[in-house]
Parts: sequence; C-alpha cells; structure tokens
Amino acid sequence: MAIELKMPALSPTMEEGTLAKWLVKEGDEVKSGDILAEIETDKATMEFEAVDEGTIAKILVAEGTDAVKVGTVIAMIAGEDEDASTVEAPKAAPAAPAPAAAAPVDVPGEGKDVGRAESEAEITKHDAPPAKPRPSDPAIPDGTKMVTTTVREALRDAMAEEMRGDDRVFVMGEEVAEYQGAYKVTQGLLEEFGPARVIDTPITEYGFAGLGTGAAMGGLRPIVEFMTFNFAMQAIDHIINSAAKTNYMSGGQMRCPIVFRGPNGAASRVGAQHSQNYGPWYASVPGLIVIAPYDAADAKGLLKAAIRSEDPVVFLENELMYGKSFDIPDLDDHVLPIGKARIVREGADVTLVSYSIGVGVALEAAEMLAGEGIDAEVIDLRTLRPLDTVTVLESLKKTNRVVVVEEGWPTCSIASEISAVCMEQGFDWLDAPVLRVTNEDVPLPYAANLEKLALVDAARVVAAARKVSYR
Amino acid sequence: MAKSPSRPAAKPAPAKKAATKSAPPALPNRERPDQPEPFDASKDELLQFYRDMLLIRRFEEKAGQLYGLGLIGGFCHLYIGQEAVAIGLQSALDGDKDSVITGYRDHGHMLAYGIDPKLIMAELTGRQAGISKGKGGSMHMFSVEHKFYGGHGIVGAQVSLGTGLGFAHKYRKDGGVCMAYFGDGAANQGQVYESFNMAELWKLPIIFVIENNQYAMGTSVNRSSAEDQLYRRGESFRIPGLQVDGMDVLAVRGAAEEALKWVRAGKGPILLELKTYRYRGHSMSDPAKYRSRDEVQAVRDKSDPIEHVKKLLEKQGVKEEAMKDIDKEIRKIVSDAADFAENSPEPEAAELYTDVLVETY
Repeated sequence: MAIELKMPALSPTMEEGTLAKWLVKEGDEVKSGDILAEIETDKATMEFEAVDEGTIAKILVAEGTDAVKVGTVIAMIAGEDEDASTVEAPKAAPAAPAPAAAAPVDVPGEGKDVGRAESEAEITKHDAPPAKPRPSDPAIPDGTKMVTTTVREALRDAMAEEMRGDDRVFVMGEEVAEYQGAYKVTQGLLEEFGPARVIDTPITEYGFAGLGTGAAMGGLRPIVEFMTFNFAMQAIDHIINSAAKTNYMSGGQMRCPIVFRGPNGAASRVGAQHSQNYGPWYASVPGLIVIAPYDAADAKGLLKAAIRSEDPVVFLENELMYGKSFDIPDLDDHVLPIGKARIVREGADVTLVSYSIGVGVALEAAEMLAGEGIDAEVIDLRTLRPLDTVTVLESLKKTNRVVVVEEGWPTCSIASEISAVCMEQGFDWLDAPVLRVTNEDVPLPYAANLEKLALVDAARVVAAARKVSYR
Repeated sequence: MAKSPSRPAAKPAPAKKAATKSAPPALPNRERPDQPEPFDASKDELLQFYRDMLLIRRFEEKAGQLYGLGLIGGFCHLYIGQEAVAIGLQSALDGDKDSVITGYRDHGHMLAYGIDPKLIMAELTGRQAGISKGKGGSMHMFSVEHKFYGGHGIVGAQVSLGTGLGFAHKYRKDGGVCMAYFGDGAANQGQVYESFNMAELWKLPIIFVIENNQYAMGTSVNRSSAEDQLYRRGESFRIPGLQVDGMDVLAVRGAAEEALKWVRAGKGPILLELKTYRYRGHSMSDPAKYRSRDEVQAVRDKSDPIEHVKKLLEKQGVKEEAMKDIDKEIRKIVSDAADFAENSPEPEAAELYTDVLVETY
C-alpha cells in the first residue's frame, strides 16, 4: 500500500510552511533517514527526512509552494512490492467542518454582575476535589504533664523520635553532625545515630538539595537542613523543579518524601542577604507542603508530621524563636495535622491572622488591644500550603474584621493571599477592608534603627486593628 | 659561541636522567581502572544489540513522524545516532537493583531498560495510557518499577539527583549502582561538580556518563568547554575517567563492564565519556544549521552504530533475510505503539487535579 507523506509540523507552533525544495524526484528509491525536502517555517529552514523505505511515486506539491498547511499530503511513496507508476494521489478529504461552538457575545457596557445571587457559587468555585473531613489537633489526655522546652529542643526531639522509628530517615546539611548544628538544632543526633545518618555536607546547597531529592526518589526519607533558607536560593531549582513536580509529572508513580528545613526570615542585624521570608515563595508552588510553626509544641508536632508525609515539605523555622521556651505535652508521639490553623487566642472584635514569629507580634498586639477594649482573636496559620482558609473565614464570620500580620514583604505575600480569600469567599461578612501589616517594602537594612523601622511590630498591628474597628 | 655546560661533560649522564627524557608519562599515584576491552559478544548477544538499537531507531523515527503530524507537541528530543550508548551501557546493568537517570533526551534509555514502547509513545501523544498519564510528556517520564528515575527537563539536575540515588543504594546497602547520564552541555553546569565532589568524598556507587554528541543545542563542545576532553572532568575530584567510542556498542559494553567492576568494588564513582553523534537537531524544532549536511552524512556513512553491528552479524553468517525479518518485527512493534498512542483517549479532565500531592491534608 502506498504511503502518504504529509506536510510536517516542525515546531510546537507551526501551522503552515513553504515547501522550499525537493531533494528527491519521482522514481527515486529512499530509505529511512534520507532527506526528502527542505521546508521553511517562519523561523528556519528544516530538513524533512524519510521514515519509510520505498520509491517516490508522486510529488503532489511542487517546490516553491508557499503556505502549505500542516498535514497536506505532499508526496506518495510506493512500498517495496508495489509499482510506483500505479500509485494515485489521494482523493481530497472533505473539508473539516467549521468549529460550531458559538462564542458568547460580549455586549459592550453590559458587564456581567459578579456581585451576588446564583452566579456567586460559580464565581468563587474552586475546581478542586471535594473537601474531606477537616482534621483537628488530637486531644491531649487529661493529666498529661507539660514540659517546658525550647523550640530548638523540640525540633531536635522531633527528628530524633522519627529517626528512632524509621531507618530511612536521615539528616544532612552543613555542620549538622560534628559541629552539632550551626544553630545547635541537631545537637546530640550524631552521637545517637552515627555518621551514616547524620551527615555533614560540603558547602554545596544546590548539590546536596539535589542529592537529598534523589535519595527521596530512591526510597529514603531525607531531612535536608539549610543553614538558613537564604542559602536555599542556590537550591530552589531542586526544591521546585525536582521535588515538587515529580509526583505530578510521573502520574503519581514517583514520590519525593523529603523535608527541607532551616531558619527563615529576619534574624538580628545580619543585613539584607541573610534576612528574608521565603514563605510566600514556596507557598505559591503546587506540589509542596509549606509549614511555618510558631511555638515549640507545634514545631515538634508538625516536624514529625512533615517527616512522615509522603510529599515534599518546606519547613520554615525562625532563628529568633529557637531559644524561646514553651510548654509541650509530654506524650510518646505528639503529631499534629498538616494544613490546620490554630486559634491561639479567642476574641470577638477583630481577627489577627499570622504565622511563625508574627504570631508573637499578634499576641502582643492583642494584649495591647485588650487594654483598649478591643477583643482580638489570633489565628496561627501554622501551614502556609495548603492554607487553612476555613478557620480564617469562620473567624471572619464572627469578628467581621481581619488584619494579617506577617514578618515579610507586603507584595505577593501570604497577607495578600489571605486578603484575596477574604474578599472572594468572605465578602459579605467583611465590615472593613482586610489590612496587611508587614515589613516595609525594602531590603532589610543593617543599622539598628533602620532595621527596627523596617520590621513589623505590635504598635502597627494595634493601629491597623483600630482602623478596621473604626476607632 | 655557545658556552659549554658547567657540569663536566666527560661524565656519562646518570642513567636515571636519561631515562626521564624518553620515558612514558609517570604512573598515576593512585589506582586507575584498566583500559576497557571491547565486549566479546556471542552471535545471540549481537543479534540482541541489533534488535534493541533498531527498536530505538525506528521508535524515534516514528516519534519524529508523529511530531510532524501534530500528534506529539512541545519539545521532543530524538536519540537517533546515539543508540549504542544506551544499549551498550544498560545491557551491562542488573535491572533488579541498578538505577538509571537521564535528562530530557530519554526515550532511548527507557526502551533500553525494557519499558513498553506503547506506554512511552502514548505519553508522547499525551494520552491517559501514557507512562505518566499524559502529564509528563517527552521530557518527564519515569518508571519506578524499572528503576528508571526520569526523564528530567532541567539540564544537569539529573546528575545531583542520580548522586542521591547512588547515596540511597549505599545507605540501604542493596548492592545497586546508579547510572546517571548527561550531555556535553550539562557537563558545564555547576551542580555536576558539586555532585562529583560528594560522590567521591562518600564513595557513592555511581557511574557518571557523559554522552558527548558534540553539540549542546547549537554550541559545539569546543566553543563551550575549556577542557574539551570531557572524560578528564572528574580528575580534580579524583574520579577516574574513560573515553569511549560511543558509536561502537561493543566498546561501550566493554567500558560499562570495567566501570561496573570499579564501582561495585567500592572504589567510588567513575566517569565515562561516550563520544557519539545525534543525527537530528537538538529537538524537533532545531534546523541544525550549525553543522553541515556533509558532516552528518559522513557520520551516518562511516560510523552508524546499527550498520556496524549489521556488518558484524554478516561476518558471523547471519543472512540479510534474517535481519530484514528483525526489521519487520521491530517496525510492527513501533507501528503498534504508534496506533496505540494515537487511538488511546486523552486524560480525563479530572486528572488535572490528581497527583499534585500524594496525601490529602
């Protein structure tokens, strides 16, 4: 049977081209790999190779023809046992029916009302899979002893407990082993687990982030510590392109259960390159889990959950919080649900939403507001992706006012996202615009006074809460 | 005019000094792998190489054709010309424990690891039956079952990831070796050297394979690499390198055996540079104007890896007819794969939201 040679598409966007030159003529024998013709696209001249063997029976489009549509039969090849002289050109195929779907007519001046009524559900619809029952923090049994622990120790205990329970879990990073951690978070781990599972790396973030990601693909459970997340900028390609996307790109067959952890956000007087909150960056990436706890109990319970998760997790700590002490329930296995915010302080008048170190700022502001008779509710998001919008919206329904407190830049921030969610899904409950109280929109300066001016503080939160309360 | 040398001329030069002048270069002060011997293939093994390489060739030609018909979209990088590399190397691996990872020019490595051509072709056409359910495409295919870990679109990323696979082999003590492929272009990425350092430091079981097809897209090795003998690129990390004729499947297989011997003995990583050539452009949309048609034709005529094996088979008394039968059989496999890929349904719209995360939160 004769083979039809069709005008090929030679780039992702090509629809037609010029058949510039035939390099074969009727009667020529061709085999796969032979160049048959040159075809010009808008970008380049390309060679068109034979894939099949046979004899060129008919050339149907002459060289020099412009605007030959992709898919047009340009020649016929006779097969091995076929007489080339008897090959016929194909009958013209019926023209494809014109697309019938009528586009909706847009009448000028008649914008669709996006405000209310039956279309509202459609406008705010999220085509995500149906919601599953919401997790909640496990109840702490009555009489459980509370132990005062620093955030630093809580993180170490979380890793140690998970390493005891699962041989696949290991820690790697700069100074994590012999030095006991640049910020002493991995203190004691080398002694207990040995150098095969607590691994000092060279200063090579891109390399060891990739190595850890590959080890996770290969079935291990790496915890990769970045000395700070500022240095993870060198590794962000692996966090996003390799770790976050692989499960999706592989149709769900290749997992990447890894935890990238380390301090994030401004420390103290370390200047612009060492002071940045990457929460919004990572929280914008589908395929990642992003956690940013505030206190020690959440740090422990969420890091344990992160290590057990089948998904890649970015776990953002804060250097200024490492030495702070909190009560932790003395339980064998304190694990918290990922994706669930926590109401840290109940209140009725205004909702302060925050995460990480910002929660402390919000709590301080709530105390100050209480003195003025404003009863603030404080929500700790804890997980930035997936974001627990339900808890925020429930609180909004109660207080009708939201202020977001974020130790980070204002533009494209978590605060921006929370404002958008409140506007899209909670518009009817808002009595005032959502306000963002964040760091100033500048690189963080070194001078003590300027640094203080640049960072979010309780006084600014109080001012914003007053404003949305019209007081 | 010339002054006589100050040292007494009468004395015979010390034997040692005379020797240094004409002696071969000093022996390296550390152990090196032996120079590999070409693999001594039986007739059956040669036939298998022929069949496997031909499958890649015909598969890729068909993929190019389907691209031309608009059935395959986006970027599509063909492996035509490089077949001896994947077949020679991977035929030496133990599929039960050794892992393979590569870049975006990945169809050949998948076929070489025995992955069903139908699933690969259906991925190229973006169908539900594709190996990544149509969500990966040409550059992003994986088969954990076959220990094939991708299929990675970022140039050089697979080198660090492969080092992690090697780390996992060592951590689990499973006896496996990772084979991480990358191109001459990727050989200039920084993370390659970060990975070399850790791989040698920790003696990880990994074979780094540079498929030097001479062009990083349109830039030739000489225009991009200060050290263009890429097998030397591991030297400052104490990783020994071997340069291999990547157009000769027997030379490639021989080098693979030597490399595996080295790595399985716990001596750490090794670097192979396979000198090869791609016949087609970098991707389907590359007109390859940076080299002459004569250059490509010369390689096809003189060094084609499949023609090479065909000649060896002829010498072994395999008849032209028998090889034609193999060709027919391969064409059938490929055309069945193409039919399957063309006729399988596209993914359900609901697939858009699946596999973003493994768990629900």
